[in-house]
Amino acid sequence: MSALADGAAVTSHSGPLPMDNAPMVEARGLCKAYGAVPILKGCDLTIRRGEVAVVCGPSGSGKSTLIKCMNGLEGFQQGSLRVDGIELADRKADLVALRARVGMVFQHFELYPHLTVLQNLCLAPMRVLKRRRDEAEERARALLTRVGLPAKSSAYPAQLSGGQQQRVAIARALAMDPALMLFDEPTSALDPEMIGEVLGVMQELAQDGMTMVVVTHEMGFARRAASHMVFMDDGRVVEDVSTTEFFAAPRSDRARDFLSRLLSH
Amino acid sequence: MGNFDFSVVVRSWPFLLEGLRLSAVLTLVAMAGGLVLGLMLALARLSRYRTLATLATLYVNGFRAVPLVLVIFWFYFLVPLVLGQSVGALPSALIAFTLFEAAYYSEIIRAGLQAVPRGQWQAAAAAGLRPAQTLRFVVLPQALRHMLPLLLTQAVVLFQDTSLVYVISLRDFMTSAGIVANRDNRLVEVYMFAALVYFILCVSASTAAHFLDKRWRRT
Repeated sequence: MSALADGAAVTSHSGPLPMDNAPMVEARGLCKAYGAVPILKGCDLTIRRGEVAVVCGPSGSGKSTLIKCMNGLEGFQQGSLRVDGIELADRKADLVALRARVGMVFQHFELYPHLTVLQNLCLAPMRVLKRRRDEAEERARALLTRVGLPAKSSAYPAQLSGGQQQRVAIARALAMDPALMLFDEPTSALDPEMIGEVLGVMQELAQDGMTMVVVTHEMGFARRAASHMVFMDDGRVVEDVSTTEFFAAPRSDRARDFLSRLLSH
Repeated sequence: MGNFDFSVVVRSWPFLLEGLRLSAVLTLVAMAGGLVLGLMLALARLSRYRTLATLATLYVNGFRAVPLVLVIFWFYFLVPLVLGQSVGALPSALIAFTLFEAAYYSEIIRAGLQAVPRGQWQAAAAAGLRPAQTLRFVVLPQALRHMLPLLLTQAVVLFQDTSLVYVISLRDFMTSAGIVANRDNRLVEVYMFAALVYFILCVSASTAAHFLDKRWRRT
């Protein structure tokens, strides 16, 4: 049932680990199906605090589904998934408490179009964390400066470019002071000239020690920022190795094929 | 042509105003109650719980299959039966209108809610907002923009429909106008005035909808 049982998964972690050694994300034999269609067929994955995991693989391999399981946006039928100490297989898991600590950035930004940038950043901190307005706004302004948009606080999302919207979306997730950030193809809906500004913000975040899971095809970013690479194919984690190792010599044929196709254009 | 006498409107103004007030009360109460109940029905129809969704669908289709005048009539006789005592024509009309309008509003609200992309629900949920908070702060404000023109149109239709309460001997604006017209034999003048009132209300409502729509579109 699990990928390990197939002998298909290769796991090895390297690099320094922070003091707290408890994994931030730990998936064991994760299975999910939509009706009769299996999406995840036994995923195993460990992500420790401070690590940046880049999840890649062909489309339809279950990357987005896997990452959406990590904050309970998607449920699953079998296996276990522990995120920041909360077991998601437990039906009584406190999803609200978990989501308050796990930020998510979406492919299509999903900013709230009826709210200004500042209101976008303050909504969840005020309603979920019960922060005072002045406190939330101060934090929001600091984050807008951090993502390079200090002058846009009173703009509406529709007045911003795609790259700016995605940077606001990152700031919005950071406004909750998350312990883990999930990125679901954050640059795949962007025009090429805007990808760099978003990846730049993400790279800085990685350097600051944020624990991140990033679904992306941006291999340049992966090389620069990822501590390990997770390669998925057909609902399984086929490879989970250090970044250097992955790019130097992917162990599985499927990952090698995928990489050569991705890097050849 | 020369002997139009519009002073009949001025002379009967207090009487007409009383009818107008009844129409306004019916419209406002049915709108407010219909919106609240309509929202609950819309949420029920969109919910995962089959039984709840089916019940709401039955309610909506049931009320939409029956003419309003029948509902008014029916509640006039039904409410006293249920309560064991007569409540009067006005309360029974208010209940009938509210329940009837809720069926129509729920369809408008349902369409408005469905027009908000799923990603918005996900983004709000991912930030830790509870479903009720997501609805209140993220989804409803956006849905309202889609729904507003239709809600205002429905309000105008509702205002016109208040004339049906004559079947249970209540005097709305149209009924009052009819009484004055026949009493003073000034049918053309009074009915022209009534048409003017309806026209002004309708135009103001659609202008308001247009204005709000344009203002929201700019952001």
